[in-house]
Order: sequence, then structure tokens, then C-alpha cells
Amino acid sequence: MSTAIGSEVFRIDQHTWTALIDHAWSDFPYEVCGLLGTQPDGSIKHFPIDNAERSMTYYVMEPRQLLRAMREIEDHEWDLAIYHSHTHTHPYPSQTDIRLAAYPDAVYLIVTLQDRDAPDIRGFRIVDGDVTEVEVRRVDATDSNASA
Amino acid sequence: MATIRIPTVLRKHTDGHATVDVDGATVGDVFRALVADRPELEEQLFEAGELRGYVNVYVDDEDIRYLDGLDTPVAANDEIAIMPAVAGGALG
Repeated sequence: MSTAIGSEVFRIDQHTWTALIDHAWSDFPYEVCGLLGTQPDGSIKHFPIDNAERSMTYYVMEPRQLLRAMREIEDHEWDLAIYHSHTHTHPYPSQTDIRLAAYPDAVYLIVTLQDRDAPDIRGFRIVDGDVTEVEVRRVDATDSNASA
Repeated sequence: MATIRIPTVLRKHTDGHATVDVDGATVGDVFRALVADRPELEEQLFEAGELRGYVNVYVDDEDIRYLDGLDTPVAANDEIAIMPAVAGGALG
């Protein structure tokens, strides 16, 4: 296993950024999760999905909600991002996250509430156990359209 | 004939096809027919003859864990969807 800093950038508009942070707080201290579908124009559709485990340290996306969201993303061929929150730890994929990462084409986002005053979101590719960090860049919706 | 919906991550094993039509009376029958000439797909779906724990399978959007598992009957026009689970956690 290795860790690298990649040059890839994941653009996220301020509205979606705020929605992810709000979602992370909404069921605190439990982990929350969901999917994002980035459309060709750079706009993002947000799919919050229930954590079937409702745990502080583990998440499993509720299977039926996962199916519906993933079907919409796949049918439209949007780019997939998978997010979950770490409510008490730093935003880096755990061994569990790495072992269970089944979507090599996805960007894995981790929302951290570790610093209560400064929640953060970081992004990673996880492919065959190798973790590469993706820069998560907040943009205006218009910027995301222009630069996607 | 049932239609199996293949997730993007497994389409490299179906020549890029998003759906595959397969005959079978149960989910198990359909899956055995699906993997008969796709051994690499069998490895993705099964372990010692059982569905891998992280693979979600649905018949018409119902998770087969809450039906009869691989014995779940399949009607002619049913859609069987395969979806790798999405899971993880802060510890471990």
C-alpha cells in the first residue's frame, strides 16, 4: 500500500460543500454518507443516503437508496463521488475504507468534523489499496461550469 | 428471460454491456448462467459458492437478502441489479 499526492482536482461548488457539511452535522455523532454525481457542465447532484449501520465509526449505505442513486448516476454517465463523514478523526481513508473501496472510478470524499470550528472535506482515489489524494477545490457554480 | 443490470465497475467483464439477458428460474440459476463463460465475474460475485458479502443483489429493486437470497424466484421480465456495497468507517 502506498500514499501519493496526485495532481487531480475535484471541483465542488459552495452550495454542495455546505450541503455535505450540514449533512455531516445532521446526524452527529453518527457517520453520514452519500453520493455525488458531477454532470458534464460541472454541476453536482447530491444524493444523501442513510447509513444503515447508524454508527459513530462505520457506515454502510442503505442498499435500496444506493441502488436508486447509483442507477441515476450511471444512466447519465455522471462522474461519481462517494462521501462519508469522520466525526472525530482526521479526514484520511481508514484501513476499513481502503479495504472496502469497491469503486476505482470514484473520488472518495471524507467530511471531517474533527475541528468543530473548521469542518473540512478531502478527496482520494482508492485503487487496489493505493491511496492518492485529490485536491478538493471550492468553486463558484459558474466557475465549476466553466472549468469542468 | 431476466435482465441483469451490470454496474459500471464490472462492465469490463461484459464487454462494456450495461445489461445482460439470461434465462433462469431463480437468482442463483441466472447467476450461474451469467458466470458460466465469465470466470472473472464469478470471482467478483462468489466466494465458496456463496454471494460475496459486499455484493448487493436486487430483484426489481428488492434486496434479495430480504427475499430468499439466491433461491429468490425470477420472472421473465424481472430486472436483477448487482451493486457492490458502499461501506467504510473511521476506525480499523
